[in-house]
Amino acid sequence: MLSRTADNLYWIARYMERADTVARLLEVGSRISLLPSAQGYRSEWDSLLQATGMAHAFAKKHGEPVQRAIETFLFFDRDNPSSIASCITAARENGRIVRTALTTQVWDALNTAFQELRGLEGTKRSSMDLSRLTDWTMRHAAMVRGSIDATLLRNDGFNFLNIGYYLERGDNTARLMDVKYYVLLPRVDFVGSGLDNYQWTTLLRAMGAQRAFHWAYGGDVTAAKIADFLICNPQSPRSLATCTAGLVNHLSRLAKAYGRATEAQDKARNLVSGIETATVEAIFDEGLHEFLTRYITDAAELATAIHNAYLGGEMR
Amino acid sequence: MTQFNEMYHGTEVRIPYARLQDWIATMPQELRSLKQAEAEALFRRIGITFAVYGEGGDPDRLIPFDMFPRVFSGSEWARLERGIKQRARALNAFLVDVYGRGEIIRAGRIPGRLVYQNADNCRTPSGVSYMLESREIMMRMFPDIFRENRIEPVDTYSEKLRRTLASVAPAKCNGEPTVVILTPGHFNSAYYEHSLLADLMGVELVEGQDLFVDGEYVYMRTTEGPQRVDVIYRRIDDAYLDPLCFRPESMLGIPGLMDVYRSGGVSICSAPGSGVADDKAVYTYVPDMVRFYLGEEPILRNVPTWQCGRPDDLAHVLANLPELVVKEVHGSGGYGMLVGPKAAKEEIERFRAKLAEDPANYIAQPTLALSTVPTFVEEGVAPRHVDLRPYCLVGERIELVPGGLTRVALKEGSLVVNSSQGGGVKDTWVLAE
Repeated sequence: MLSRTADNLYWIARYMERADTVARLLEVGSRISLLPSAQGYRSEWDSLLQATGMAHAFAKKHGEPVQRAIETFLFFDRDNPSSIASCITAARENGRIVRTALTTQVWDALNTAFQELRGLEGTKRSSMDLSRLTDWTMRHAAMVRGSIDATLLRNDGFNFLNIGYYLERGDNTARLMDVKYYVLLPRVDFVGSGLDNYQWTTLLRAMGAQRAFHWAYGGDVTAAKIADFLICNPQSPRSLATCTAGLVNHLSRLAKAYGRATEAQDKARNLVSGIETATVEAIFDEGLHEFLTRYITDAAELATAIHNAYLGGEMR
Repeated sequence: MTQFNEMYHGTEVRIPYARLQDWIATMPQELRSLKQAEAEALFRRIGITFAVYGEGGDPDRLIPFDMFPRVFSGSEWARLERGIKQRARALNAFLVDVYGRGEIIRAGRIPGRLVYQNADNCRTPSGVSYMLESREIMMRMFPDIFRENRIEPVDTYSEKLRRTLASVAPAKCNGEPTVVILTPGHFNSAYYEHSLLADLMGVELVEGQDLFVDGEYVYMRTTEGPQRVDVIYRRIDDAYLDPLCFRPESMLGIPGLMDVYRSGGVSICSAPGSGVADDKAVYTYVPDMVRFYLGEEPILRNVPTWQCGRPDDLAHVLANLPELVVKEVHGSGGYGMLVGPKAAKEEIERFRAKLAEDPANYIAQPTLALSTVPTFVEEGVAPRHVDLRPYCLVGERIELVPGGLTRVALKEGSLVVNSSQGGGVKDTWVLAE
């Protein structure tokens, strides 16, 4: 497969996963804004902006984090490369470039999302609830993902798509947790307080995992259980354990198909063993922030290795 | 102005169109609107859209699709096919000759200045995706008329193209040749077509940046390392193929490609330089080429064409400007042309000045050259002017699919069929005998 094609596939997956995460964040934001809260919801919205890594760009354009402006910024704003509109447009453009590597259903899912997005952009904003927009995004993200799973050949293209998904998802999970730890919890003596637990629940909700969490653990929501769920638990669909295992799996399949392993496979295995051997106690001893920062850096290095080995098309 | 309506002979319906007469007679207006909307939705969903150069605006614009087909009987087509293949053979011989001994020029049949001035010009035969998709959509929407009429399939095109491309692989290639399609990229208005053909043939769709030259061969960058390429079906112009040879600023091309091509390491289709045959002034000499190279009488007549570079022709053109169509020799897309009967006085005078300034840059043709076919319009069905673009493949063999692209000028009386100026497309049927 052309390196450029593999690159486009990888980015389709990353953009769709990112759109999905932004939609989940928006949903959580709107939910919090409906609840009475000790601190008011404005700081919560601010923390959501922090989680997308776009707080600075937002402040520059809009100043104060007002809910309506944030919604528009995270959903419609084309100047924001992580907005849902930007992500879906970029995913669809990448798809259009590699039409030949996609099935009709996958293309249809991408293109339908894009065409409907144009419809939404032409609709009066006041006639659309935020929940309608977030539902819409998650539905289309699921349709793209589902049509990939249901119809695509299990060839190298499929592996590159999945590598994109798992890298992006792991990165999002790590960042969301990190933001919670650093932004939502300004002082360490808040740990274990009622505020702390409420915010952890919010985080679970952002991952669409609140109910799953209760099924898996039961009892009170504690920071330790949530960290275990989102980092170490291979049952959790967004945990770092699941994402890194997915990366190793799809990279091994590539190595097998091509008869050649690269630096990327080594790095992925290191990443996975770092997660597998971690315990919640050890993570909190090291410091959650330090642990997550290390994960984000290692994952970025893995992404570079994947680029060098497969996507960049270097002459070998 | 007399014009030929392909559906009728006087008041009689011509045989190829007989069944369509009932089809439109029994189609209620609501159904028609419904089907038209369905067709548009399908085109959009498939993603066949078209960007008009230099207009900005919606990059996902659709080319209007007219559901009323254009029909050829088997025998009409058989004659066309013989004629088209004959022209293809003559043009092929011409290209070999022009880049070789140049006998036709020495024999005085074609002025050399025409050929040597214009050797940098090439156009690629776009539109074949509309032929293929129009047919798919028609079959999906109106299965009944396909059952009632016996219509030759066009979907053999991609297989024929693949065979043709494989047949021109260089001698240095051993084993199954690796064929690629070279596209300017996804911003190109014909990108959909490039990707459709790549998909149908199961070959890689590459951009210049995906290819590189190493030693005597061309390679593409793949996830498994470099892979040698034997045949490049290029959909970019000569000038952009190789920045070392042609335009140094070209980002689309592959440095060193022409050296590999000349030393037989890779085949390029269409061959660099073949654009000389597209030239509208060279076009007028095709009948002469048929006689010169093949020793045959041309089966198809050219549209009568006046070369404004010839003093006699120019005099005729200037005297009859309001009746003629005047085109630039290198023009495409229907830009920079004069349609005499439709033009305002000032425009005609403007062209008169242009002709006086640079006569050799123009040709002229009579306006009645295009026939009409019934077309769905606002008020019902009405005749509109059409042309035909057949797709002929020249490799080891010369092949032609039964069908082609019929472009239709949707504005009443208009002769401009170009999609960039409000033209649409129709499905083109060849009936099985």
